[in-house]
Amino acid sequence: MKIKTFLGAVASSLALATGAYAQTEIQWWHAFTGRLGDLLAEQITQFNASQSDYVVVGAHKGNYSETLNAGIAAFRAGEQPNILMVFEVGTATMMAAAGAIKPIYEVMAEGGAEFDPDAYLGAVKGYYTTTDGKMLSMPYNSSTPVLWVNRDALSGAGLDPDMDLSTWQAVGGALDTLKAAGHECPLTTAWQSWIHLENMSAWHNVPFASQENGFAGLDTELSFNGPVQVQHIQQMGDWARDGKFIYAGRRNEGGANFRAGDCAFFTESSAGYAGIKAEATFDFEIRPLPYWEGVEGAPQNTIIGGSSLWVLSGKSEEEYKGVAAFMAFLSTSDIQSAWHQNTGYLPITLAAAEQSKAEGFYDANPGTDIAGMQMTAKAPTANSKGLRLGSFDQIRGIIDEELEAVWAGDKTAEAALNNAVERGNALLRRFEQANR
Amino acid sequence: MEKRVTFKGWLLPMLLLLPQVIVTAVFFFYPAGQAVWQSLFIPDPFGLKSQFVGLGNFEYLLGDPYYRASFATTAIFSTLVTVVSMGMALFLAVLADRLIKGSGVYRTLLIWPYAVAPAVAGVLWLFMFNTRVGVVAWYLGLLGYDWNHVLNGEEAMGLVVVASSWGRISYNFLFFLAGLQAIPRSVIEAAAIDGARFWRRFWTIVFPLLSPTTFFLLVVNIVYAFFETFGVIHTITSGGPQQSTTILVYKVFSDGFVGQDLGSSAAQSVILLVVVGILTIVQFKFIERRVHY
Repeated sequence: MKIKTFLGAVASSLALATGAYAQTEIQWWHAFTGRLGDLLAEQITQFNASQSDYVVVGAHKGNYSETLNAGIAAFRAGEQPNILMVFEVGTATMMAAAGAIKPIYEVMAEGGAEFDPDAYLGAVKGYYTTTDGKMLSMPYNSSTPVLWVNRDALSGAGLDPDMDLSTWQAVGGALDTLKAAGHECPLTTAWQSWIHLENMSAWHNVPFASQENGFAGLDTELSFNGPVQVQHIQQMGDWARDGKFIYAGRRNEGGANFRAGDCAFFTESSAGYAGIKAEATFDFEIRPLPYWEGVEGAPQNTIIGGSSLWVLSGKSEEEYKGVAAFMAFLSTSDIQSAWHQNTGYLPITLAAAEQSKAEGFYDANPGTDIAGMQMTAKAPTANSKGLRLGSFDQIRGIIDEELEAVWAGDKTAEAALNNAVERGNALLRRFEQANR
Repeated sequence: MEKRVTFKGWLLPMLLLLPQVIVTAVFFFYPAGQAVWQSLFIPDPFGLKSQFVGLGNFEYLLGDPYYRASFATTAIFSTLVTVVSMGMALFLAVLADRLIKGSGVYRTLLIWPYAVAPAVAGVLWLFMFNTRVGVVAWYLGLLGYDWNHVLNGEEAMGLVVVASSWGRISYNFLFFLAGLQAIPRSVIEAAAIDGARFWRRFWTIVFPLLSPTTFFLLVVNIVYAFFETFGVIHTITSGGPQQSTTILVYKVFSDGFVGQDLGSSAAQSVILLVVVGILTIVQFKFIERRVHY
């Protein structure tokens, strides 16, 4: 009796296994854990339930850098996944590896899936599109930096929390008042290179690097030591010296200080929304990233951070069809608007933004539309569509080091930025040589 | 009389040596050879193409002032870690050796930190010294000292040295204690009867007799400081602020796994291999002479 039940169980599980085998498996390696990981898994579950030809299998491979490394190592061993999540700074690395990737426009065309690159926000699409208009990877999660304001701290220092904070001049005045009132952390930041150099350059429509920020060629050279950037960094350095800007670390360490209510202003990604909303016990507000009044063309638009999905080469036609179907599913506005509303990431398609608006999301969550407006107010220029630089993760490390020298008062902004440009250029030449 | 065992013929001794030779070849010579080979190329990350550059990678590295500075950082870091971890361990071992009651508990407690992985140790110390929520940083603040290892390079160096040494003290303690207990009591007692005080007994009898242990630990700890402290640096400072805690092995990681510059990373591994090789030879040639077995 028992043996019979056992055999029955074996037989049925075999049947299930062969049933599942008929479906084509699509591997997706990603970098999300926690709530983001759960939301990602939910998308996979929904897709798998919606059809019976393909099964998407997600696998978490560590943080962004680790996921990219895992993908590269797997490719070298011939064991690569179908889809790899790559953060925005890894874009140049992926683009240069022509033999390792299959561009998304090709995948979609061959798979016969519905795909309209123009459905994406210009600043999002631009980051992952070649200069001749071919979209290479699928945008997944995108955010842009904004100014987070602790309104209680402003009132505490006798400032009007509704005051104008659109320019750095105005913010600087508020910092003076806060400091004079004895506030210990008037301003802090996360991701200093991304916000105070990369985005500040785009926001003021000045180049971060030559060759359209690297889009037009591997022979690009860094140029973020221009007068606009030097002036901004010097001002930040002066604020640091006077105790008005508190440096907390290279990543988003400053977030803990802001969420605890210690800091009045915080420049951080719009995707910080979920965390700040959950933890802040004070009245907070989202404002657009400030700009320097008097700089011509400012404010232009800010650029994105986040990741996109790259399709790797060397797989069967059937699997690419599955990838195309899955990508088409991910681009639907239901999926996109749910993702945007649940995570605080930008709505990356116009339809998702409209749907969120129609559903009343922005009325219920004031300020969550600021990031989107900041990115779309003007059509991106060559200086503001993004960055495409090899070894960029390491160049950011160099920038971090040099900025730390400014915050510590060891170097002037000009000396530090000149040095960062020189050191970064050496890495760009190495990258150019490796991908010749 | 010394008794020598000799084998007849070649086959048996070769067979007995074989496992060791295979393990060394597969896990040491092969990867080391690969590193040397790769250091002559600039490959792209995906292994699609690769260019032979001869010694170009070495030229690039040695021409980089930041790489050269990293040697000095490594020397300071390794020396401090070795001195702190061995000094503390010796001090504790001498104390434990004199214990009569409760030495088992004391020893067990001292050995515990060794079970903590370097990266976890890094996070523990980071929490204690966190500029905002750290307990130690808070008490220092009460004393009027503004602790900020995020911007102050010397404080960052101090912190990674302490975090790297901490777990290592246990390991060194074990060896020192065993070494101390192997010293015949009669020798020390004889000296005591002759009127030698504790410090004199320690420097003239105990320390020389302990020298084989000390020498072994010196070699092992320097190798540890060079190669295995990566986790601590990665979790606490990521090499910063500026480049004040970027030791050689951290740069190998950062160029290889952050920058995907495998050519430079391989060349650095080769340089590191040579440096540690030379250090070990120097230690055996010059310091071992002073060791009494």
